Amino acid sequence: MKRYSVFAIAREALSHHQGWERAWKSPLPKASYDAVIIGAGGHGLATAYYLGKNHGIRNVAILEKGWLGGGNTGRNTTIIRSNYLQDPSAALYEKARSLYETLSQELNYNIMFSPRGLLMLAQTHHEVRGYLRTVHANNLQGVSTKWITPERVKQLVPIINIDGPRYPILGALYQARGGTARHDAVAWGYARACSDMGMDIIQQCEVTGVRSENGQVTGVETSKGYIGTKKLGIVVAGHSGQVADMAGFRLPVESMALQALVSEPIKPCMDVVVMANTVHGYMSQSDKGEMVIGGGTDGFNNYTQRGSFHHIEETLRALVETFPMISRLKMLRQWGGIVDMTGDRSPIISKTPLGNCFINCGWGTGGFKAIPGSGWAMADLMARGEPGPLAAEFDMWRFREGRFIDESVAAGVAH
Amino acid sequence: MLILSCPYCGIDAEETELAPGGEAHLKRFGPGSDDDAFEAYMFARKNPKGVHFERWRHAYGCGKWFLAARCTATLEVFGTYPAQSTEPPVEIVEKIKAKRPEWKGFS
Repeated sequence: MKRYSVFAIAREALSHHQGWERAWKSPLPKASYDAVIIGAGGHGLATAYYLGKNHGIRNVAILEKGWLGGGNTGRNTTIIRSNYLQDPSAALYEKARSLYETLSQELNYNIMFSPRGLLMLAQTHHEVRGYLRTVHANNLQGVSTKWITPERVKQLVPIINIDGPRYPILGALYQARGGTARHDAVAWGYARACSDMGMDIIQQCEVTGVRSENGQVTGVETSKGYIGTKKLGIVVAGHSGQVADMAGFRLPVESMALQALVSEPIKPCMDVVVMANTVHGYMSQSDKGEMVIGGGTDGFNNYTQRGSFHHIEETLRALVETFPMISRLKMLRQWGGIVDMTGDRSPIISKTPLGNCFINCGWGTGGFKAIPGSGWAMADLMARGEPGPLAAEFDMWRFREGRFIDESVAAGVAH
Repeated sequence: MLILSCPYCGIDAEETELAPGGEAHLKRFGPGSDDDAFEAYMFARKNPKGVHFERWRHAYGCGKWFLAARCTATLEVFGTYPAQSTEPPVEIVEKIKAKRPEWKGFS
C-alpha cells in the first residue's frame, strides 16, 4: 500500500495523478477462511481490522450484500459522543471515542474527526434531572462531561433560541470532546487497511444460508458460492434478524426506519453538535455547510429504508422553534436507514447458540459513534471465543436474566 | 403514508391517527412459566422481512385496538381485523397467499 502524504500528492502530481492505486482490492472469494464477517459496514470492517491488528488473524473475508459502507454507515448523522449513563455503555463508547481521536493517523486515511463539542439540550425538568445524574455518572466513569447553563448554551450556539414557548432551553449536558467524523471515510479507511493486511472484501455477495455441523459453524452459502470458515461474525445491523434466522436462532431485535436529512449549504453558523432528545432533533453543520439533521424512528417494523413523513415534520417543527434562522432553509435530501432496536436500547456483542458464530448487532439509532470500540470488542470476542471486559455485559442472554443495560430509561428516548 | 382501515369504525386512518403496538398474536407467559417461554414472550420477536401481523390502535379515532397484516419489505397492507382474533382470518390469509406464494404461512 502506498501511504498517503503531502509528498505522495507532490509525487503523483508529476504524473497527472494517474498513478494512485485503488484503496482496496476486489478479489473473488477463496474456498475458505479462518474468519468470515458478514457486513462490510463500519462495524464489520472495524472488526476485521482489529482481528488482524490486535490478534494476527488475517485470513479473513468480509462479505457485503450491497456496496461497502452503503448501509447505515453511509446514512447516519456522524455524531460521536460517549456521555452514556450506564457503566458498560460509557466504557464501550468512550473506548470508541478515544480510538477515533487517532484513527486518521493510525489508518493513514483522513476520517475528518472533528471533536468540536457536543450539547444535549435539556428542555424539560425531567431532562435536567436526568442529565445532572449523567454528568455525575460520567465523572465517576472518567468520561469528561459537564452541565452548562442556558446562557453558556447561547454563547456556544449563538443561533439558538433559549426561551422558546414550547421547548425552552433549561441547560445542557456538554461533552467538549464529542463531535463528528466523515462517515464514509471511516468505512473506506478501515477497508483500505484491511485490504492491505491481505483480507478479502467481497462486495455484492449476499449470504443466503449458514451451514453448520454438530452445532459448529462450517461456512456460509452466498450468491457467489459456498465459502467455508472456522469462525463467523454477523455484523449486519438492520438485517440481523434475517441472518440470525439462517443461523437458527432468534434475536430480541426489531428493525425500524430512522430518517435523516440535510439542508442546502450555508455559511458556517454552528460549530458544535446540538442534540435535542425530547423532540428527536439532532443537528450539526457539515464541512460543506449543510445542516445535517437526524430525526426519530418510526414505531413499526420496516425494511424499506424510507420512513414516515410526519416524523420529519415533527423534528423540523421543533428545530425551527429552537433555531428560528433555519425556518427558510431548503432541505436538499432525505433518506432512511434500517436500525435494529433491542429491548434495552443497548447493543449485543455476543456468542450465539451456534458454535463459533458471533453476533454484533442492536446498535439501534447510535452505532456510528461506536464503530472503533465495537470492532475492537467484537474482534476480541471472535479471536478468543470469549468476551473481553468491553463486551462482557453485552451478551444476548442478558434479556433472559434481566441484566439490562438500560439506556432507554437513562435518556427517556431511543438513541 | 401508511393507511389502515379501522375494522370497528370503518375509517381509513392514516398514520398520524394511529399508534403502533408491535407484533400481534403473542402468547402471554407470566409468573410460573419457565425462563425460555418468558424471555421469548418479553423480547424475542419474529421481525420478518415480508408478511407481518401487528397490533395498532386507532388512537385519534375510536381509540380501539385492532390487528393488521402488512408487508414490512414493501409497506403493502393486506387487511385489518379485530383485536379479539387469535389468528388471522381466512380471507386475509388467502389474500396473502395469492400475493406472496413464497410465504410460509402464519405460525
